[in-house]
Amino acid sequence: MMRVASWLVGFGRVWYRFIIGDDWTVAASVAFGLTLTALLNRGQFPAWVVIPLVVIVVLRASIQRSKRTKGHAGVKRAG
Amino acid sequence: MTAILPVLITAFLASSVEAIEMVTIVVGVGATRGWRSTLLGAAVGFVVLAVVVAVFGLALSAIPIAPLRLVIGALLLVFGLQWLRKGVVRVAARGFAGMQVDANQETEMWTEKGVDWTAFVLSFKGVLLEGLEVAFIVVSVGATAGQLGPAVASGAAALLVVGAIGAVLSRFVARIPRSFLQLVVGLLLTTFGSFWATEGLGVSWPGGDVAILGLLALYLLTAVINIAVERRGPHRVRLTGNLSGVAR
Repeated sequence: MMRVASWLVGFGRVWYRFIIGDDWTVAASVAFGLTLTALLNRGQFPAWVVIPLVVIVVLRASIQRSKRTKGHAGVKRAG
Repeated sequence: MTAILPVLITAFLASSVEAIEMVTIVVGVGATRGWRSTLLGAAVGFVVLAVVVAVFGLALSAIPIAPLRLVIGALLLVFGLQWLRKGVVRVAARGFAGMQVDANQETEMWTEKGVDWTAFVLSFKGVLLEGLEVAFIVVSVGATAGQLGPAVASGAAALLVVGAIGAVLSRFVARIPRSFLQLVVGLLLTTFGSFWATEGLGVSWPGGDVAILGLLALYLLTAVINIAVERRGPHRVRLTGNLSGVAR
């Protein structure tokens, strides 16, 4: 039982590090971008522009954010 | 029944494009995180792929690939963006001189005994998604032309040839400094992630697969601009001073 529990905790930790990593705003922004892409696509707009724009903005914001965190202590390995 | 040569060429070239994407991810992740877990992930990906192909056979084209593209693309995009940011920060802090630093000082390389699940998952997903796309190509080209056998042989040959080229290139990739490699792999994962996730939502890219090159160029330019901004900004000293924190 304990083994299963620790395996589940480990499994959850792997996915948390993979998706959230050290900056939760990246995952949130990607989710927002994909939702916006889906909505624009339904309205026949050129939805392919959304994700490249999200990437450009999120990369800059994430770099700034990592600089604000105390001495990059939060910039640990993503996985 | 179509002539055999067009089927062979079409299946080989179309499969090669997908195989290049697969091998790029596996080589990039392997060189950055370590080969053991990466190759394990690739092997398990191939096993799952073989099972899927064996079970579905010609009905393979009925599997909806769009949701798979969306999920795998979104995950690669999220992970790739994090690596891209770290790569930009590290290269900005160290510059070209910093790229000569001993690789062991700044590594994402997995040094523990167990499986590196990050490398495993990245490699597994790359192999499974691209392998499925190769299988779709082979089935659709082969079945349409009534030449399934030659199409399968052509698809397998494309995987072997591109895989062999990747194996040779991996030796050179291993010599690239880790911080720069992380930047490059981050760029590639972000590019493929953007492309697949958007396609998975049913959106068509202008130019089809060629859009991958456009995305790569755009993200490369973005990374270069960010590196230039970071190197010129007042944070340079702070970045360099705090590099030990970034390294892990």
